[in-house]
Amino acid sequence: MNTIDKTTDEVLRLAAEHFKVQRDQLSPGDDFFKKLGINSLQALDLLTRIEQHFQIELPDYELQGVSDFRTLAQRIQSRL
Amino acid sequence: MLDLRQYNSLGEALRAALERWPDESCLIEADRDRENARLSYRQFKEQALPLASALQSAGLQDGSRAAIIMTNQSKWLISAYAIFFCGGVLVPLDYKLSAAEQLQLLAHSHAEFLVIEYHLWRALTQSKQFDNLKARTVLVTEAPASAELAGAHRWDDFRAAGEPTFIPRKRSDAACIVYSSGTGGRPKGCVLTHENYLEQCVALTSLYPFWPGVRYLSVLPTNHAIDFMVGFIGPFTCGATVVHLRTLRPEFIREAFTKYKITYMALVPMVLKNLERGLRQRFADLPPGKRKLLNALIATNRALTRRRPHLKISRALLPQVHKAFGGELRALFVGGAFTEPETLQFFYDLGIPVGNGYGCTEAGTVITVNDLKPFRGDTVGKPLPGMEVKITNPGAEGIGEVTVRSRTLMSHYLDDPEMTADTIVDGWLLTGDLGRLDSSGHLQLFGRKKNMIVTEEGKNIYPEDIETYFAGLPAKEFCVFAANYLWPARTMVGEQLVLVLHLEIAQEITEALVREVAERNRRLLNYKRISGYLAWDRDFPLTASLKIKRAELAEQIRQNRDRSAVVPL
Repeated sequence: MNTIDKTTDEVLRLAAEHFKVQRDQLSPGDDFFKKLGINSLQALDLLTRIEQHFQIELPDYELQGVSDFRTLAQRIQSRL
Repeated sequence: MLDLRQYNSLGEALRAALERWPDESCLIEADRDRENARLSYRQFKEQALPLASALQSAGLQDGSRAAIIMTNQSKWLISAYAIFFCGGVLVPLDYKLSAAEQLQLLAHSHAEFLVIEYHLWRALTQSKQFDNLKARTVLVTEAPASAELAGAHRWDDFRAAGEPTFIPRKRSDAACIVYSSGTGGRPKGCVLTHENYLEQCVALTSLYPFWPGVRYLSVLPTNHAIDFMVGFIGPFTCGATVVHLRTLRPEFIREAFTKYKITYMALVPMVLKNLERGLRQRFADLPPGKRKLLNALIATNRALTRRRPHLKISRALLPQVHKAFGGELRALFVGGAFTEPETLQFFYDLGIPVGNGYGCTEAGTVITVNDLKPFRGDTVGKPLPGMEVKITNPGAEGIGEVTVRSRTLMSHYLDDPEMTADTIVDGWLLTGDLGRLDSSGHLQLFGRKKNMIVTEEGKNIYPEDIETYFAGLPAKEFCVFAANYLWPARTMVGEQLVLVLHLEIAQEITEALVREVAERNRRLLNYKRISGYLAWDRDFPLTASLKIKRAELAEQIRQNRDRSAVVPL
């Protein structure tokens, strides 16, 4: 079973890879819309990448109201 | 299509449609690559009537208000029809609002009935304001078998035997209460009548017809005015099929086009732009020779379709492009926010016309749309049939406020005669948008007169609504403005909100204060956030009832500060 810290770390790594930024530039509390300069559709792209990695399915609404990596990781954790 | 002049209400027209095309495919609900439901018009009726019967038994009668909070899916439309059948007034609420905002609008609309998806219901029940919910009957869809529903009923089980009684409504009766904004202080509940919708439907389908066999792909939420019209009323009254896709992920949208042979789709500029980006990338990845050939074919198509679209020619010239869209696509509709002309031209040159439109909820959805005779990417098209558009107080360049008169104009704002009187004057709706009609009758937009912004996702954001999130901020007073309202700009893209801060005497902008502003800003949904703050050093002008005189304050700021004074957050 993944811990929330491990899941958060994985999410940060995947986001860094997907949007081609340095991993150490991202922190769990970062607002990913602002930090990565992305819109909600691009965030959905990241969600697809995350689903493949964790082998889970996250409905679009799971991203509703979520804008930081830590909360996103919590949503993922609850489905692992 | 049905002759809608014969019908007095949406319920009556929809009922006739279900009788007229019983065996036609009515609804397909896809979730990613799965198919959740596929219904003919007969099956739709078979699902809706027992629900209507149960709603009637629960007390839903003519004029009862019933809200729906759901993502776009088949149960949305089935529930809406059942409500109309019983003579109810539909309150379609945005599922993307927070639970507190939804509860506020449920209270404002006095909805007695609520149909809601389980995950949204769970959020409502966990809200601090849940006790304020007055709806006496709540139906929850997709609830897990073991879920505790806090007194709500399961949508699938809420059925009654026996024929429900169809309740007729007059054309002038309210059909829907649609909130165009107002989750802050002053909800704007647009009361739209059956006549508003029936007239709008006739006008729209005269330009973009539906018929049995047409498949409309629905990705916008159905509470969105555009999808309600072109993803429900329009196709249903013509015997067409609505395909719901319960995700906005580009890979599944692409798949849906080919799998379901889509004819029309409505989207917001952000999704259109994303499609454009994907196509441009694919074109750029082609080997040089193929890319050159493609560019030549696109140029040929552009030349041959200069006067009007020629689908056959475009499909023959660019078969691979059209195949990627399923081969049956006739047009895309875009609205809700400003779309760049280059994007519209890009698709038109590929033989995919985009019906670029302009409208607002108060006007009954669409005011103008490109009629493609010929295509023009630089305007938002001509007024719909039956829609009078006038530019009031035009300046030297002919630019003034867009005002509209039509049978599609809303009746009034719910419980707000003052705001209604300010918005509809002598039968003309003041849109608050600045525009110009050119010599061929096309409308061009140049910015806003009103203090609001529209995001590329088509969301209207009113600064007053945002202010509640900053209540209690350690400052003497504050106010949120649209930057383009403070400093008028002839653009409708990249609009931003600015927080104007007036501090106490001897108080300074400290790191802690900025941190608090940033923290509160983060609690807002990303598209509602302010982009910066402006320090102001005078008392705000106030009315006798201590409300901020926004126009006067804006004028003072305009005369004493420019945009460079805004500190980005």
